[in-house]
Amino acid sequence: MALIRKKEKREMPALSTSSLPDIIFMLLFFFMAVTNLKETTYRVRITPPQAAEVQKLENKSLIRYIYVGQPLPQYQNSFGSETRIQLNDAFADISEIESYIVNERSAMREEDQNLMTVCIRADKDTPMGTINEIKEALRKVYALKIVYAANQRSQY
Amino acid sequence: MERKKRKVGQINASSMADISFLLLIFFLVTTSMNVGTGLSRRLPPPVPDQQKLKSADVKKRNIFILHITNQDEIIAQGEKTDIHKLRGKVMQFIKNENNDPNLPELITENVPSIGKVAYTKNHVILLETDAEARYQTYIDVQSELVAAYSELRDEFAMKRFGKHYHLLREDLQKAVQIIFPQRISEVQAENIKEKK
Repeated sequence: MALIRKKEKREMPALSTSSLPDIIFMLLFFFMAVTNLKETTYRVRITPPQAAEVQKLENKSLIRYIYVGQPLPQYQNSFGSETRIQLNDAFADISEIESYIVNERSAMREEDQNLMTVCIRADKDTPMGTINEIKEALRKVYALKIVYAANQRSQY
Repeated sequence: MERKKRKVGQINASSMADISFLLLIFFLVTTSMNVGTGLSRRLPPPVPDQQKLKSADVKKRNIFILHITNQDEIIAQGEKTDIHKLRGKVMQFIKNENNDPNLPELITENVPSIGKVAYTKNHVILLETDAEARYQTYIDVQSELVAAYSELRDEFAMKRFGKHYHLLREDLQKAVQIIFPQRISEVQAENIKEKK
């Protein structure tokens, strides 16, 4: 018993666009999660050194940064052009590193405190004397996990 | 004459989802997530002042002295060395294939999940930097040292297991790490002078 349907003009059912906002929100959240906001405004000029073997930095929340380099031109009048250290948003002295690290560490959750990593973002022309002093200061406060920020070098 | 009310046709929005997914995928591919990269290191714990004078008991043949001068020259074992040749030198030192009495002593030891292996257990690479040396040079040397170790590990893994190091099982990787531990010690220039 074959039933031959007559071609009737079927109306396309209206598509519900109610899921569209969800999609847009998904996009928004995705970009919110991915974008890393600049954590501080640099006051020093930093061109990271290049290295052949670099690892990716993991666990961003556990990393604290120390910036080292020459002050940017607009700060050179007041701070000179000697290599300076920047902690958070301000210039700092090497002696301030210890209290900075202690403060930052005590602000962390207890189980994370041992995992704290200090990233030294230094300009490639920084004299090693400064770096050694920073390392010495970090050792004193038992901030032993450090990372030297460096970019991947494609070739020599 | 009354005008007929015309029905406005609904816009077909079913492709909207496709378009936005396309966008999503496009951005997914193109966004560089800009992960920071770097060389991670572990600093030695601070030593109490009384212990500072007691120098570590390491035989001379086990030490590889690297020195970066104020002029950014790299001195390896008293010899000026080019950065490109450094890796080979360091690898030769750590391996000591021919049991050379000037190179670090080979100690045969039982390594878990590998067995008896003769390796330079007590070797130390001593890295000294002068205060005026550039940071870039230091990073170059550090990264060459890391490269030397990873090359050695890879070579060993290839020879023993016929696989690249990063493809090994975790316990085997640990074992290879025991054979080639990164023993890099850093000293500041003034400490060296004291010792001399």
